[in-house]
Amino acid sequence: MALEVNGTTIETDEEGFLVNLSDWNPDVAAELAKGESIEMTDQHWEVINFLREYYDEYQIAPAVRVLTKAIGKKLGPDKGNSKYLYDLFPYGPGKQACKIDGLPKPTGCI
Amino acid sequence: MSDDMDFEEGGAVKKFMFVNRKAPYGTIYALEGLEVVLISAAFDQDVSLAFLDDGVFQLVKGQKTDGVEMKNFSPTYRALEGYDIEKLYVERESLEARGLSEEDLLVDVQVMSAAEMGDMMAQQDVVISF
Repeated sequence: MALEVNGTTIETDEEGFLVNLSDWNPDVAAELAKGESIEMTDQHWEVINFLREYYDEYQIAPAVRVLTKAIGKKLGPDKGNSKYLYDLFPYGPGKQACKIDGLPKPTGCI
Repeated sequence: MSDDMDFEEGGAVKKFMFVNRKAPYGTIYALEGLEVVLISAAFDQDVSLAFLDDGVFQLVKGQKTDGVEMKNFSPTYRALEGYDIEKLYVERESLEARGLSEEDLLVDVQVMSAAEMGDMMAQQDVVISF
């Protein structure tokens, strides 16, 4: 599969995850979000940016439980809970946010 | 009776130890082992990791993998704490044989003798070796 962004073709796998992490930029994120029927807001970007920092530091996409806990620590308990994150990413914050972020599917995610 | 109670509490918690004996690169064992550990964290079990023999190299600071063209996954060991996996045991003899000490490692660990490690293994319900 492939994605067309600003005239550039970007390779994705059969589930729509980026093949090359380095292809990612905010325009690509917006296009990936469109594929997930998600309209990006500041709240979405906050989670996306957080995930990217997490990946840079630990080289993995975290499990949802771990992501939720880490977000709570950094952004406060009103954001570090399942309801808030599932409202933003209805099909799973792990899977959808990682996809929009250009990260691999979280380890252990089905 | 106790089985019923365990069931109501969401199942018995078992002690799992993942034993890492191989160098981080050159084979896929270390990376695959680490992925299994991360997945196991989802099951709320009592998980520990042991590092012996060349497995101690997995935890050494400052790994540079450009030359072997593999991803440096060593930062992921620092994510284990967030997964509530905090029991990391390293065998003292293996460290010493390789001229390493606790200060060379990128995470907090408990260093123990081979004999203590043996006792620790004997206490486990499940020991899985990589």
